[in-house]
This record gives sequence, C-alpha cells and structure tokens, in this order.
Amino acid sequence: MAQRIDIKDLDVYYGSFRAVADVGMTIEPRSITALIGPSGCGKSTFLRTLNRMHEVIPGARVQGTVLMDGVDLYGSGVDPVAVRRQVGMVFQRPNPFPTMSIAENVLAGVKLNNRRISKGDANDLVESSLRGANLWNEVKDRLDRPGSSLSGGQQQRLCIARAIAVKPQVLLMDEPCSALDPISTLAIEDLMAELKDDYTIVIVTHNMQQAARVSDRTAFFTIEGTGKPGRLVEMDDTRTMFSTPTQQATEDYISGRFG
Amino acid sequence: MSSSTPRLVRTAQSDPVPPAADRADPTGPADAAGPTTPRTTPNENGDPGRTGTRARPDVAGRLFAMTATGAGATILVVLAAVAVFLVLRAWPAMTASAEELSEGIQWFPEGQTLLGFVGPLIFGTVLAAVIALVIAVPLAVGIALFTSHYAPRRIASGLGYVVDLLAAIPSVVYGLWGVVWLAPRLYPVWTWLADNLGWIPLFAGPASQPPRTVMTVGVVLAVMILPIITAVSREVFLQTPRLHEEAALALGATRWEMVRMAVLPFGRSGLISASMLGLGRALGETMAVLMILSPGFTYAFELLQAGRHQTIAANIANQFPEANPLGVSTLIATGLALFVITLAVNMAARWVVSRRKDFSGAN
Amino acid sequence: MATAAPTTPAPGTGNASTRALLTTADTRRRLTDRAMTVVVSLAFAIALVPLISLAWTVVSNGIGRLSPYFLTVSMRGVFGGMDAGGIYHAIVGTVLVTGAAAVISVPIGIMAAVYLVEYGRGPLARAVTFFVDVMTGIPSIVAGLFAYALFAVFFGPGVRFGLVGAVALSVLMIPVVVRSCEEMLRLVPNELREASYALGVPKWLTVVKVVLRTAVGGIVTGVMLAVARVIGETAPLLVTVGVIDSINTNVFEGRMMTLPVYVFRQYAQGLVPCTEGATDCIATVNIDRAWAAALTLILIVMALNLLARLVARWFAPKAGH
Repeated sequence: MAQRIDIKDLDVYYGSFRAVADVGMTIEPRSITALIGPSGCGKSTFLRTLNRMHEVIPGARVQGTVLMDGVDLYGSGVDPVAVRRQVGMVFQRPNPFPTMSIAENVLAGVKLNNRRISKGDANDLVESSLRGANLWNEVKDRLDRPGSSLSGGQQQRLCIARAIAVKPQVLLMDEPCSALDPISTLAIEDLMAELKDDYTIVIVTHNMQQAARVSDRTAFFTIEGTGKPGRLVEMDDTRTMFSTPTQQATEDYISGRFG
Repeated sequence: MSSSTPRLVRTAQSDPVPPAADRADPTGPADAAGPTTPRTTPNENGDPGRTGTRARPDVAGRLFAMTATGAGATILVVLAAVAVFLVLRAWPAMTASAEELSEGIQWFPEGQTLLGFVGPLIFGTVLAAVIALVIAVPLAVGIALFTSHYAPRRIASGLGYVVDLLAAIPSVVYGLWGVVWLAPRLYPVWTWLADNLGWIPLFAGPASQPPRTVMTVGVVLAVMILPIITAVSREVFLQTPRLHEEAALALGATRWEMVRMAVLPFGRSGLISASMLGLGRALGETMAVLMILSPGFTYAFELLQAGRHQTIAANIANQFPEANPLGVSTLIATGLALFVITLAVNMAARWVVSRRKDFSGAN
Repeated sequence: MATAAPTTPAPGTGNASTRALLTTADTRRRLTDRAMTVVVSLAFAIALVPLISLAWTVVSNGIGRLSPYFLTVSMRGVFGGMDAGGIYHAIVGTVLVTGAAAVISVPIGIMAAVYLVEYGRGPLARAVTFFVDVMTGIPSIVAGLFAYALFAVFFGPGVRFGLVGAVALSVLMIPVVVRSCEEMLRLVPNELREASYALGVPKWLTVVKVVLRTAVGGIVTGVMLAVARVIGETAPLLVTVGVIDSINTNVFEGRMMTLPVYVFRQYAQGLVPCTEGATDCIATVNIDRAWAAALTLILIVMALNLLARLVARWFAPKAGH
C-alpha cells in the first residue's frame, strides 16, 4: 500500500502571488524523498499540495497535475477529504489533540469512518499503530492519559501513530524533527527507515545531514529572490545529490556556501 | 481603603510642596471622603524620606500607588456594601411573621411565609432563564462557528459586529418589540405546539392569547443573551490552535468533523462559562419580563399558559413604586435572593474559566 | 469506504482502485458535513431576524412622532390623548444621571485598572480581578435596590433623586470600565515602560505620562462603550429616580425622568379611552411616544457605539508606535 506520485507542471498561488512555479517530479513508492532548500523556497507549500492541505489557507490554489497512481488529485470528482485519508501528514510541531487520551488520539482518524469499531479491534489497532511508531513500550501502561502528557519526541511519534492508523498510502512529513532534541530526532529517523517498507514518505527538512542520512532521493528547491516563486532545481538519488550534483546552485547550498 | 486614607492625608501634610501630589489624585471623591481620621502625630510626620528634594517623587509615587490600590479595593468594598445594605433593608421582612407580612402588605398572599412567597418567584426566574438558555446556546454556537470557521474571512468580522449590535439595544426596547412585534407572531407557533405536542406537560394547552407567557419571555430573553454567548464562544473558537485544526484535516476530516474533533473540545469550557454568563444575564433581566409576562405565583410547568409565572426582577419593578416600607423590605429580600443566585452562577462561570487556563497552557 | 487495507496493487494496475479510493467519499459523512454547513449558516440567518425586525419596527413606528418639537418639550400639562408632549425632560434626566454615573465610575474604574496592571500583586489583586468579573454579573435591578437601600439609610424610605440612580448605574458601570481599561493598559508594550524607567522617570509618572497617554484612545473608547451600556438601563432608575412629567436639572433633589423609563412609562399607560368624535384625542398617542422615545434612545446608543469605534480608529495608529 504505497503509491507512486507524479507531479507535472505544478504552480501554487496564494491569491495572485505565485509561490511555487513549474515543479515536475516523480516520487517513488516505498522510499523516502527529501525536499531541501533555503527558507521560503516553497518546499513546505509544495508538500501541502500533495494532500491538498494548502486549501486550508484562503486564496491558495494550484495549477498543474499531481498524479497518484495515475489519478489526478485535482481531477474532477476527487474529494479532498478522501485524498487526505490516503496521504497522511505529520507536522513541524507535534499536535496531539489535548482533550483526547493517547489511545483516543491514535483512533481519532479511524473513528471518522468507522463509528462502530469493536473494542477488540480498536485495542489491536492502537497497539499495532503505536508499535509501528516505536511508541508502544513507552506508553502501553498509560493509554488513557492525555496525549499532551508525553514528551515532545513521544508526542511526535504519537502523531505518526495517529497518521498510520488510518493506513494511508503516502506519509508527508513537514520538518518533523525541527522542534525536537537530538535523541528524539534519532528515534524518529529510525522510525522513518522502518516505515518506508510500507509507505511512500516525503519529508521536508532544513537539516542536510538528516536528508543525507534518511532519504533515498533528494529534491533541491530554491528561490531567486523575494517576491519570486520557488522552483525545483534538481532531483536525484541522495548519494548523487550530495556527491556530484549537476547544478552549481545545489552544490553551493549543500556545501554551505549559500542559504 | 480605610488604611490608605489617613496616610494619604499625612503625606500631603508633611510635604512642604503638595500641589503635585494633589494633582496626581484623580479619584478625589473616592478618597477625599474620609479625612475624618485624626491628624498625624509630629513623630510620624518627620520620619520617612525627609531629605529634601529626593523625597518628593517618592511621596508622589506612593500617593499614586495608594490611590490606585484604593480604587481597586473600592470594588471589593462596593460588592460587600451591596450585600450588607440589601441584608440591612431586607431584615424587617426576614424577621416578620407570616401574619405581619400579609397584614402589612396588600399584595402579599394570605398566610404565606416569606420563603413561601419567594419560592414561586425563584422558580419562575429560573424557568424563564433556562428556556432562554436552551434556545440561545445552540443558536449562539452556530453563529459563533459561522463567523469563526464558515463565513469567508473577509466578511467574518463584519458579521460579528452585526451580532454585537444586538447587545447594544436597551432592554426596554426589547420589551416593546417583544410585546408588539414578536408575541403576535409567536402565537401560531405556540398554538401548534399545544395542539401537536400538548401531551408533553410542558406544552399543555390551551396556548394563551395574547401569549404573555413564560415561553414568549424565554424567546425574548434568548435574543437578549445571544450576543454575549456568541461573542465569548467566538473568541474561544478563534483561539483553537491551527495545529489542531490541521491535524484533524490531515486525518481526512470534513470541516464539520474538524469542528467536532478540534474546535468544540477546545472551546468546551469556554462555552460553558459563556452559557453561564448568559444565564446570569437572563436571571436578572427585568424590563422585557415586566412588559411581556402576565404574572402569577405558582410552580407550574405549563409554559404556554399565561398568569402562571413571575420573575423576581419583574416583580420588584412592578411592586416597588407603590410599596409601603414593609413591602419594600420584602421586595429587597427577594432581590437578595436574586443577588445570591446570580452571584453563584457567575462565580461558577469564572471558576470554569480559571480551570480551563490550567490545562490549555500545556501546549 | 472500508477501513480494511486493500491488497497492495502493483503500480500501474491499481489505477481503478486508487481512483475509487480518492473519489468515493462516504455519502453519510459528506451529507452530515453539508447539513451542518446549512445548519450553521441558518443559525446566523435566524439571528438576523430579531435584528432586522427590531430595527424595522422601531424605525417605522417611531419616525412618525419624532420631530424637533418632540425633542424639545416635556410632558408637563399633557394629559389624555392630547397630540402634544415630548421627551426633553427625559433627555435632560438621562444625560445628567448617566453623566453623574460616569463622573463616579470613570476615575475609580481607571485607577482600579491601573492598580491591576501596574501595581497589583498577591491576594488583593487576585480578589479584585475575580470580583470585577463577578460584579459584571450583578443584575441591574439589584444595583438599583442597593442604591435605594444605601440612600434610605441617610434620607429615610421613599428616597428618589438623580444621584441615587447615578450610584446604581455606577455599580453597573465600574466593572465595565475596569475591564476595558485593563485590557488597553495591558496592550501598552513593556518596552515603553522600560524606556521611561531608563530615563530615570519614577514609576507613577511613567504610568501617567507614558502608559495612560499611550492607551488614551482605548480608554476613551472603553468609557464610551460603558456609557452606551448603562444609558439604556431602565429597571434601576425605575426604583431609584422615579418618574415625573416636568424638567428637573438637579440631581441632588427630586425625581427625574429618564429616556428608558419614559419608554416604559408611556407603554404602561396604554391606550387612551377617547370619546367618540373627540378632535384632540389620539388613542394610541402613548404607545406612539414610547416608540419615538425608543428610536431616540437607540439612535443615541448607536451614535455612542459608532463614535467609540471611530475614536478607537483615530488613536489606533499612534498607540501602535
């Protein structure tokens, strides 16, 4: 249950402002694709178009196509709610629902569709999702405590458990470790390596070591100046990108001469 | 305040150049009222900061601080005074026997104790307020959600202002409107209710015409408390962290599911306290009830029948102008009951709010 | 849509099932969402009904009798169904009583807000904060009873004059002034205070010259909104100031008419029993006067609200610096 995503000629607008221009790329299934680039280059904006979360911001719209397994996410008849179910998302800052317990947080997405999930099934799903997020052993004794009682890194893994509980095809991660300490970051990176066996993962990161460590393919975005749209400069296997990039801009950014 | 007043006098005297200090005291009437305390002894006079010019700003600063503290304390004094003076004036009625009351007051029911008199009034007051709350809360939640999460952002604040306008209209105008415009239009609704749902004791017919009933009053009160409940819940809904809303949407929630998952749980305690504020308003509302309700003193649940209910506030306004001293005392005793009830409701509301602060700080 | 995971489709062949996953939204959920959108919008529409009907009834019923004459005469010597009489005495009374209330509550309110923001520490500050909120909830009739009880101690029972009403309104007004001023003072950035301290300006002068000066627009707005709130109060004035037909400009003695009480009074007098063929007798004159006075009252309240918002806007950019 992992899907390939093909993006063709994608432009993202906020009102009349073009934030991202002319992106084309292929995201391979069962792999981790990292999006890197300087601040404001549109990589987070681009990421959000992959599950139509940008539509939450008033005035945001896209042109172009995003094909998931050949189906255009922006085609007629496609329901954004259904898209988000297939394309899960983990945010920059951990955001468990504060009024729900740990177990309720994991089940939050599932319960939307399946009101009458049996108690046994629910317990199984909570366990398997938390195991999948490497959190089970830490929280199994306090599943009814509020999600906000966990540490930051645990909260983020809870959010990952919540996202994978609905069994999506793709998992988007928007700088998932930027609010975490190094040890929690390591835990999340280990988790990503395991998750890629089952999911297509796209991660936005500011941390180039992280991109080099975890990703299979890397895409480099940049922006020419303020007011100009962000563009995709190049995309390749991570190893190639970090050793012999074809573009000068990529090399400059990776070697720290810019950004 | 009593402790700050004598010191205020002292410093002003001890200072050789007092005008600056005088000007710094805009709450003159509040504090100047009490220079009855004895003048200071010379000993205290020469004590602090007598080293010429350096002392002056310090004196002025202390004066200013004391004035401010005094003003703050005035709030507590006023609230205490409200309770004390109400008890003081209500005392004759509270200690009078049933015979004294029914002999001394023309409109006092025969053979009834004060408690027996207040009982139906409290019942009517609470009943009208609860009806108002049952109607207003769901509506207010809807309006608040509409302006916070449904309406296009550009017009949302304007729409919020429109609802705020309802709060600016004086209650006597609501009364006039309720009697002249609303009541005749509600009559068919009440008849329909009595005909079709009359088997529920609450809606037992026949519906009175003109509908000067507690149900009509409830509707008007609901309109009157709608703005306060809406305004508070809108504020709370707008404070829902964006992160939580996006978390719900990213799980594949529809807009309504997002509201149920993130917005309503987050705003629940705010909503409870908003409702209690509204309840407090409805309990104390006078004019609309006075102008609409045809009074009666029973414990009746028949909401559509006139002449069954009366509220404390409307009863006071109705009887007060013509009442003799014992009657006034009785009315003040009922007012004391109203004061205690609204105080309890408001304090409960504040308590809910303060509890909310504790656990929303987690994120 | 089933929650069970479909068997993993090989890339390329799973097109149909993927399309199915992305397009088939649960009908029940979608309908619920639509229905709730309608319900929420409807709630707003329902709220507009009283607003529009109220504005319409007050304007259409009140405009007929509202004239310069109506605004400039009292009810002295007016009786029966006479086509005469106005609200001058009520306007005078409202202005005086509300003005006196403002004179009492504005200094106390502002200084209490200064106390809470600049000086308040410990249990007293917490108590004041809490009881300001509680005081907001005092029913207006109870405030009226309190003022009556207070003055009856000194002047004996049956006391009725303007100042009693002003005290009653102050009880209602003080918490509103404190709340809004507190909010405004808290908006003043701490950097400004620190800049002033750094220049060696003592704290109280900083408060007067920097904090209050910066927040003056907000404070004026808050005071005007507080005045707008109490100007329509009826019940407390009914029990403390009473009713009268002629002009009284002395708040320390004698009953006064006020605009909201006038509305109620005229309404309560009801229809006039005109004799058949009487020329100078309008049966509905009392209720007509009530509507016209209500319209005047609403116009005053709206003007105050509007003015308050304008003041806020004028001062806003300066406060931002």
